[in-house]
Amino acid sequence: MASYSTNEFRSGLKVLLDGEPCAIMENEFVKPGKGQAFNRVRLRNLKTGRMWERTFKSGESIEAADVMELDMEYLYSDGEFYHFMKTDGSFEQVAASASAVGDTKEWLKEQESYQIVLWNEDPISVTAPNFIELEVVQTDPGIKGDTAQGGSKPATLSTGAVVKVPLFVNQGEIIRVDTRSSEYQSRAKG
Amino acid sequence: MAEHPWAPGGDRARWQRRAELFAYLRRFFAERGVLEVDTPVLGRLGVTDPALEAPAAEGGALQTSPEYFMKRLLAAGSGPIYQLARAFRSGEVGRRHNPEFLLLEWYRPGWDDEALREEMDALLAPLLPGFPAQRLPFDALLKQVFGLAWREAPESAWAEALEAHWATLGREGDPLALAEGDPLTILEWLYGEASETLQAPTFITDFPPALASLAALRPGGETAARFELVVAGVELANGFQELCCAKTQRERFEADRARRRQLGRPDVPVDEALLAALEAGLPPCAGVALGVDRVLMLMTGADSLDEVMPFSWARR
Repeated sequence: MASYSTNEFRSGLKVLLDGEPCAIMENEFVKPGKGQAFNRVRLRNLKTGRMWERTFKSGESIEAADVMELDMEYLYSDGEFYHFMKTDGSFEQVAASASAVGDTKEWLKEQESYQIVLWNEDPISVTAPNFIELEVVQTDPGIKGDTAQGGSKPATLSTGAVVKVPLFVNQGEIIRVDTRSSEYQSRAKG
Repeated sequence: MAEHPWAPGGDRARWQRRAELFAYLRRFFAERGVLEVDTPVLGRLGVTDPALEAPAAEGGALQTSPEYFMKRLLAAGSGPIYQLARAFRSGEVGRRHNPEFLLLEWYRPGWDDEALREEMDALLAPLLPGFPAQRLPFDALLKQVFGLAWREAPESAWAEALEAHWATLGREGDPLALAEGDPLTILEWLYGEASETLQAPTFITDFPPALASLAALRPGGETAARFELVVAGVELANGFQELCCAKTQRERFEADRARRRQLGRPDVPVDEALLAALEAGLPPCAGVALGVDRVLMLMTGADSLDEVMPFSWARR
């Protein structure tokens, strides 16, 4: 397996640390008092999303991680795995476990495109597009005349996610949601 | 990023600030009768300093600083001299490090280090807020940041101070393991961490003799006449009341080489031409090297050297 020396460190580099695949977010070269130099590195664990901060002696090497990021289309769930298909025309499929899908489960919509991180060709994380359009499957009826007041109510979407929507949004409507904050954006056009 | 990114860093306004800074520095020294010189970047030898690696190049090495050549000029009677010099250091890549960078280095024969610091105040006052800079001896800095009277304290107390500081910053890993328990490395590291906490412009003065580098020791030998300038946690300059004694200089070079052997670093021969110049007579003088790219970084509020160098390491 390839490895990287500290002087090759740069943000975006995928490395193996404590057996976990990580992405380097920041690399700071420090040389206190003109002595022994170090690299202070912030890494994101690609499986858990957690940030790590590690210090390496300059010149040290760490193993590279075989990590790929791909856009893939969601197909279906068989109850245990979530199946995605490559969009490069190969129709190749991968099965992601519930832990790889994580909270993105609430935003899985068929034929929508997701960012999949593959480690040694296994999916380890699934990221939803920033904005997604989904149908409201359940919400209490709105109250006439309240549109200007800006009140809100919970609405259950077709994927199972529950978001706060304005009172004028009705069951059966399609809305646009920011998946990062779970916030209602607008009614979908068309 | 494209496969062959071509775009330089910064924008025209930044490049103009850079050009204006060069012009200002040259004007400053011209008005004071300091002679501009230029010396080889491709020298015959690298440097013995165990913490520096000069990139090898045809027939020798790219210079980590113009110091030795400038001292040879001083010994030959140049009088006060300055240089805007390209300097090279292998493997030093980061937000505040680039393997090739610009040093403003100057020497003042007959001056002591405090007189040179006063000239630095005058040079930098129009460029950065907070000058004249405060003066803070090395001992006082460690006392201020860690409550550590390190001269009296046992080395185990240095280690504890370093560990406690790491814990406070929420850093993972064991700093002592990284330092391999080496007291000198721990002391350097304590210094590095402490200087990073300084926001207002500060000259840290009177270094321990073990960190003297090329500075003369003060009478009595308690401290070395070395200083650093730190602004917003960034080291901008390193200066000395220069060591003029050829014999002591040779001993320090040999100590460097012993340390290199201990650390498994490649050997670097002693620069005999420099020692011969010291033997011939280097006038008592103070000298300093200022990182020009870093000054520009602080002047423009940039967060990295990449924003103030048209072609940083990553953009070549």
